Amino acid sequence: MTTADYERNMVLSSVDYKVVGTRPVRHDGADKVTGRAIYGADFDASGLLHGKILRSPHAHAKIVSIDTSKAEALEGVKAIATAIDFPQTSDKAVELGEDTTRLKWLRDNILASDKALYAGHAIAGVAAVNPHVAEEALALIEIEYEILDPVLTTQEAMAAGSTILHESLTTQELGEDSGIVSNTASHFQHVKGDIEKGFKDADVIVEREYDTKTVHQGYIEPHSGTALWGPDGRLHVWCSTQGSFVVRDSLADLLDIPVSKIRVTPTEIGGGFGGKIPIYVEPVAAILSKKTGAPVKIVMSRKETFEGSGPTPGSNIKIKLGAKSDGTIIAAHAWMAMEAGAYPGSPVGAAAQCVFSTYDIENALIDGYDVVVNKPKTAAYRAPGAPNAAFGMEQAMNELAGKLGMDQIDLRLKNVAVEGTRRPDGPVFRRIGAKEVLEAMRDHPHYQATKSDGHGRGVAIGFWFNIGFDSACNIAVNSDGSINLTEGSTDIGGSRTSIAMHAAEVLGIPVEDVRPSVVDTDTIGFTAVTGGSRTTFATGWAAYEAAQDVRTQSIERAATIWDVNPDSLDMEDGVISSKTDSELKMTFKELASQMSDTGGGITGRAAVNPKGVGGSFAGNIVDVSVDDETGKVTVERFTCVQDVGKAIHPSYVEGQMQGGSVQGIGWALNEEYFMNDQGNMANSSLLDYRMPTSLDLPMIDTVIVEVANPGHPFGVRGVGEANIVPPTPAVANAVSDATGNIMTQLPLTPGAVLDSGM
Amino acid sequence: MPGKTHVQTTINGEKVDFLCEPRQSLLECLRDVVGLTGTKEGCNDGNCGACTVDMDGRVVTSCLVLGVEAEGASIGTIEGVADGSNLHPLQLAFLENAALQCGICTPGFIVASKALLEQNPDPTEHEIRFWLANNLCRCTGYDKIVRAVQDAAKKMQEA
Repeated sequence: MTTADYERNMVLSSVDYKVVGTRPVRHDGADKVTGRAIYGADFDASGLLHGKILRSPHAHAKIVSIDTSKAEALEGVKAIATAIDFPQTSDKAVELGEDTTRLKWLRDNILASDKALYAGHAIAGVAAVNPHVAEEALALIEIEYEILDPVLTTQEAMAAGSTILHESLTTQELGEDSGIVSNTASHFQHVKGDIEKGFKDADVIVEREYDTKTVHQGYIEPHSGTALWGPDGRLHVWCSTQGSFVVRDSLADLLDIPVSKIRVTPTEIGGGFGGKIPIYVEPVAAILSKKTGAPVKIVMSRKETFEGSGPTPGSNIKIKLGAKSDGTIIAAHAWMAMEAGAYPGSPVGAAAQCVFSTYDIENALIDGYDVVVNKPKTAAYRAPGAPNAAFGMEQAMNELAGKLGMDQIDLRLKNVAVEGTRRPDGPVFRRIGAKEVLEAMRDHPHYQATKSDGHGRGVAIGFWFNIGFDSACNIAVNSDGSINLTEGSTDIGGSRTSIAMHAAEVLGIPVEDVRPSVVDTDTIGFTAVTGGSRTTFATGWAAYEAAQDVRTQSIERAATIWDVNPDSLDMEDGVISSKTDSELKMTFKELASQMSDTGGGITGRAAVNPKGVGGSFAGNIVDVSVDDETGKVTVERFTCVQDVGKAIHPSYVEGQMQGGSVQGIGWALNEEYFMNDQGNMANSSLLDYRMPTSLDLPMIDTVIVEVANPGHPFGVRGVGEANIVPPTPAVANAVSDATGNIMTQLPLTPGAVLDSGM
Repeated sequence: MPGKTHVQTTINGEKVDFLCEPRQSLLECLRDVVGLTGTKEGCNDGNCGACTVDMDGRVVTSCLVLGVEAEGASIGTIEGVADGSNLHPLQLAFLENAALQCGICTPGFIVASKALLEQNPDPTEHEIRFWLANNLCRCTGYDKIVRAVQDAAKKMQEA
């Protein structure tokens, strides 16, 4: 089947399974449509105190002194925490979910010690009998600041003579310490071939500079966490997080206690998109709990979530492409500087892994700069860095197609990366589906349809590499033949059901007979964050292996009952049978009822760290209209095509594609941190930080392409992220098509579109 | 600290009395005083719709209503949408159409959609999108939510 045989939300499927590929109702569904599911802020505990955080109003200031005496004296205030309450352990490198950072930076970002580095930087925490008293107490804390000039863009930060954020930060230049104190934390390069020669041999060259602004993940649930530091020395934290083990391990580093003393129970999570990988309020709640002996809950406000959590960076990107007249791209240079925020660690490294990876380019150079500025420390946001890079690269591709007189998709297909292509950053692709995505786009009736009068049409494609990492899963068989499945990946979009479907497929039982639970860090083996599009891939794999363990043991039990060699038995579709004796047959259910008599309960277990990660490509076709008078852009039609390897639960895969697309549309058209020249955010509300509403959008059509990943038992690649990569350039290309002007800045607000010269 | 006011309301058909400070919102009263945490806080300034409840037949963001203003009012929250253990057609439609991912906005969407279908049993796609424009969802891109409301409307009319 191709997309020419059009139907809405197509699945271009390769292999069919019994459970995998179906669309069951999620196991946590009833709780979530009735209001019973417990999210971070819903958690309650006996004797609960409420915490609030005091934040710096200045983007860059030395903290001269902090006086908490008046706040402490307020009736109802129970304790106050500042940076001095952290154990002053020596600095070291610490793991942070998908990244590493330095302990001092992690600690200073939780509660600033010597300097406030962004407006919204946490400085002190107060625990009180209720949140209102805690808030009143914040106003009584007296802080003396020495205000410094804020540094707000990569251009300012990298300029000679710029104000310096960290006197101890020296540039890592191509992997070596330059010894030069600077706001540029690092400069790295990926080199493939010889771009000078490539550009010399090129018949056509395009070159342009692009700017993007800071944007936020925009999850609807603000950060929250509750801590109870018990008299037994054990710390128990309940929080909304993408990775309970990251919270545990970060707390152990920050509080200098062993991980064995910490238990983290993940609550249901109200969205994350990468932003709930780092920790913010949990350590403060822990310190306040230690001081009071009571559980302390801290819930961020929306303003705090904008100003005090981790958005994704603004960036400055230059793309230069050189091609032969037949469309073969023979040289490419990307120069990318990204705002890390207050501490090093922007996603420029990830951007460099993606910027040219859709294409097979003989000569390529990628320069990446990680730059600190006086804005919140950036965190991951869905394919971090890749949408910024694609905004430049995929517009450059369209510009090149225009100069060459080639169809935009044909140019991309001519240069597309396939199995065996070496990326400029090193890896050689295994089986990938970039070509299949482009072909599905080309053949799609949306691409073939005549544009409406005055509408512009744009296309773009994007890549995300996906990750593997550790996951664990346990299965206990119940006497009625159902199974209890426990795993450690917090479920943000239905993953516990997708994971359960792996086990159901292996055992040949209905997914309704699997009861999946996301459990705490005392109850399951180490499991990495829900991020990097890894959850269904890696934790699904753990469930697959744990189910195989149950399957093997079930066959052994049947062999015991029948007194035959286990090798003579097989288990398929939930039935154990003999390969040689047709009389010997028993359902898994029947076996389960005899577990006790055959050696006790059956439990399966698995811990995996799969290496066979398969990258994912997503492409968009977008039609827009542009209001001549106001410059307002309206998305009229939107199609998202993505190679997901295998869609375990196609509805949830479509949901990921639609959600990522719409976040990308918001990024393209509306979203940005408006910062004044003092570094204060002027739009830290959901009215003024303008995320798409239902009224702003058409239906988002999807095409699921399934090019199986050879590195997963069912071919899964991971679906969560690649879909946010193409929308920014696809929308920009559509606006360019409508207006005749190239869009060099995000977002494409009405004013920006008018200013582009229409 | 100001004294507390005695507020008498009806919540999901049951008479409920509570004490609240004048500065406490209805949202805070529902969640922290009455203990109904199905109504969510996403912004506390009326922009996200996660705290949507029905108040005397009107859809309101409960963060913008003071607890004391609920005196004598009849409040409908997500906890009152199902009929005992029978889910409302909208709740079923949200599940069957995969109209939720993280689920934090879902209570607000269901309460708002229920009010829509009570006023307009057969809304167009545009009418659904217009009505739900005060409810933000960051996960789904709204496609499956709009379809769930269409599906529920169809099933409720057939019933």
